[in-house]
Amino acid sequence: MSEQLPPPVQPEETVTPVTPEPETQEGSRSQQVLRDILGGSAMISVLAVVLALIAGAILIAVTDKNVQAASGYFFSRPGDTLKAIWDAAAGAYSALFQGSIYNFRRPGFADGIKPLTETLTFATPLIAAGLGVAVSFRTGLFNIGGRGQMLVAAGAAGYVAFTFPMPFPLHLIVAVIAGVAAGAIWGGIAGLLKARTGAHEVIVTIMLNYIGLYLISYLLRTQGALQAPGSNNPKSPAMLPSAVFPDLLGAKYNLHWGFIFAIAATVWVWYLINRSNLGFQFRAVGANPHAARVAGMNVKNIYVYAMLISGGLIGLAGVAQILGTVTTGFSEGIDAGIGFDAITVALLGRSKPVGVFFAGILFGALKAGGYSMQAAQGVPVDIVLVVQSLIVLFIAAPPLVRAIFRLPVPGSMRRAKALNPNAMVTK
Amino acid sequence: MSVATSTSPAQTVSLSKAAVRNWKPPIGFGIFAIIALLLFTVGARSGITTFRLSTSSDLIQLPAISADVVIVTTVVVILLFAMAAYSAWLSYRAMRTPLWMTALFAALFLVAFLTWAAAGQLIPVPGLLVGAVGLSAPLIFGSLGGVISERVGVVNIAIEGQLLAGAFASAVVASITQQPVLGLLAAVIAGMLVSFVLAAFSIKYIVDQVIVGVVLNVLVIGLTSFLFSKLLSPNAALLNSPPRFPRLPIPLLGEIPIIGPVFFRQTIIIYIMYVAVAAVWFALFKTKWGLRLRAVGEHPQAADTVGINVNRTRFWNVSLAGAIAGLGGAYFTLGSVGAFNKEMTAGAGFIALAAVIFGRWDPIRATLAALLFGFASNLQSVLSIVGSPVPSQFMLMLPYLVTIFAVAGLVGQVRAPAASGKAYVKS
Repeated sequence: MSEQLPPPVQPEETVTPVTPEPETQEGSRSQQVLRDILGGSAMISVLAVVLALIAGAILIAVTDKNVQAASGYFFSRPGDTLKAIWDAAAGAYSALFQGSIYNFRRPGFADGIKPLTETLTFATPLIAAGLGVAVSFRTGLFNIGGRGQMLVAAGAAGYVAFTFPMPFPLHLIVAVIAGVAAGAIWGGIAGLLKARTGAHEVIVTIMLNYIGLYLISYLLRTQGALQAPGSNNPKSPAMLPSAVFPDLLGAKYNLHWGFIFAIAATVWVWYLINRSNLGFQFRAVGANPHAARVAGMNVKNIYVYAMLISGGLIGLAGVAQILGTVTTGFSEGIDAGIGFDAITVALLGRSKPVGVFFAGILFGALKAGGYSMQAAQGVPVDIVLVVQSLIVLFIAAPPLVRAIFRLPVPGSMRRAKALNPNAMVTK
Repeated sequence: MSVATSTSPAQTVSLSKAAVRNWKPPIGFGIFAIIALLLFTVGARSGITTFRLSTSSDLIQLPAISADVVIVTTVVVILLFAMAAYSAWLSYRAMRTPLWMTALFAALFLVAFLTWAAAGQLIPVPGLLVGAVGLSAPLIFGSLGGVISERVGVVNIAIEGQLLAGAFASAVVASITQQPVLGLLAAVIAGMLVSFVLAAFSIKYIVDQVIVGVVLNVLVIGLTSFLFSKLLSPNAALLNSPPRFPRLPIPLLGEIPIIGPVFFRQTIIIYIMYVAVAAVWFALFKTKWGLRLRAVGEHPQAADTVGINVNRTRFWNVSLAGAIAGLGGAYFTLGSVGAFNKEMTAGAGFIALAAVIFGRWDPIRATLAALLFGFASNLQSVLSIVGSPVPSQFMLMLPYLVTIFAVAGLVGQVRAPAASGKAYVKS
């Protein structure tokens, strides 16, 4: 998987321009519009979510005790089985809804809406980390190292947050900067190694995940580093109040200012990718590094910058975790799988800042609702991982979704190439 | 008569061999010698370390070896510096540092390190090595799967998922049937199923292979954790108490001192592993099948031109890779631990991936790399029992650090199969 430097010129990679499918102009304009909507990426995204939820429902129903009991006498009373299946799936998904958006059982709007704020709290690190992964995707890099970047960011920000007392806004800002910088450095290592030695960033980031994990694990067990003084547990002390994100909607809700940071990060990444000079170079390198080099861009530096920014944004996710969500001290599980979730968030959001924002909220809802689903219906929260990964699998393979729903194909080869620029297309 | 031959004076083109001085070995040796010097002088320890070479059940008893820490470390440090100097002289004369010297250097360093780390304690050498082989087994199966898959041109990030699926399936099937052999079969099928998804998405739907791999890992973790919480833990007696394979000592070979207990008093899975390593090596490099496989992975277009069905070759070999990796998963439940647990592979798949790269996509070298990683991991647990001065986290970090150095080109040349990671689209 490692790439050589300079990359060998592979003649087969110079892809012959793919001729678009000869579209038979049989339909009218309105039919064409309908076809674009049905075959378009937004429709695929929605259908992928639906398909994944259906698959999740099947899984929930199959493992449900009542369904199993009722299926024992399926042929004498099939209605019972169907009712049990419906009860299991509907119960689980209504618990998911009530745990993530609005709880009808609570009195009053202020209490009822609390789940939505929980969703946004869960979404905050997902959005930040998803943006980081999206930046790397747009540059043609795979940042699989979210876990390591989040952990070192949490370590750095946490150290600043509980060791150096400072007045309130300053302390928070310094802690955030420390965390973002640590994440950026951890990501930048992968970028630097790719630029200077051609080491494949997927391998390096995966390995850096574990190095970061064991490093933080060691520091959390070392007095004077990250371990709480006088404690034997591998856990840090609580953050000083001056370094904690203030509550956004009052003490009643867990939602904190980290969410505003996530919104700001979304806007900033949008500006960076779509409007800035650097973002243009990111996209150019992502589309075709050879062409970008010919156009005079310094591809190696772009790799380093992209990984720095990507790592920094993922670092922000780690910071949001320890200074916003869990402020009573963190352990080595603080990343909570967000580093990998971020990949699915970026893929669902198609690496576009606004898309990532809403994908982050959707997955935040799945997480928030997943816990209430576990509490209320006894459905293990791991089902969220299944639904999440199925969504991404379906989204990544539009032909599959189209085949399932018998949707029209909006021009075949172009789409395949756009999905995977690495693909060799022979003519 | 003479033919007018334009006799150019016979130019004896003397192909003078360019003096290529490779300074990497002496630099590497020097760094490690300095590390040894610092470690053994700054952290100087004294006492007698005892190496026990035989277990009580051995037929031939070897006497235990006692070593004085100060003497051993002093002698070894001097030897290490001497070897570094000799290697530098060889490099100056543009000669290669022979492989046996590297091996000897590593062995000396290791002996001194062990003596130093366990000062005043007893080290059971057979126990250390038996544990290392046990920890390596899933890594070796996983890396064989990785080698086959990447050699045929499909990046296999999903080794972790294949191992986990194998572990889960083997635990369930072996528990229900009480037949460990059937469990083994189930592991093969489960690993293959994961590979089917990887192959289908990356070959048929041309989704980026890294994305599919990462998502598949999440999917398998989610699925197995969900089923574990929902089905396995409530019915542990029925579904999660697999019988383990007994140890099968091989009559004569098992009595050889040290080697016997380590290699020939193992479970049947380990013996299958020996056969698998040899078979994969032979098949890859000595058979028509292996030639085709490698051709598809290096230059699919050329392979296609001579009539090899690229995508079919890829599909079935990726499936084979999954089957082998699944066997490694079975070792977790049927060979060592005994019952399935959530995420029990704990990153073994990624270490296997590291072994593939460190082993340069060669089955034998990958096996040796996996053995090295397994040894480092077991050394860490043995040393934490005797109370080593080196924090265990740094020992655990070792495989990942080594891999980063390997892909960064600091440890020899690392070159992936040329078409690995690239989908092949024929049109």
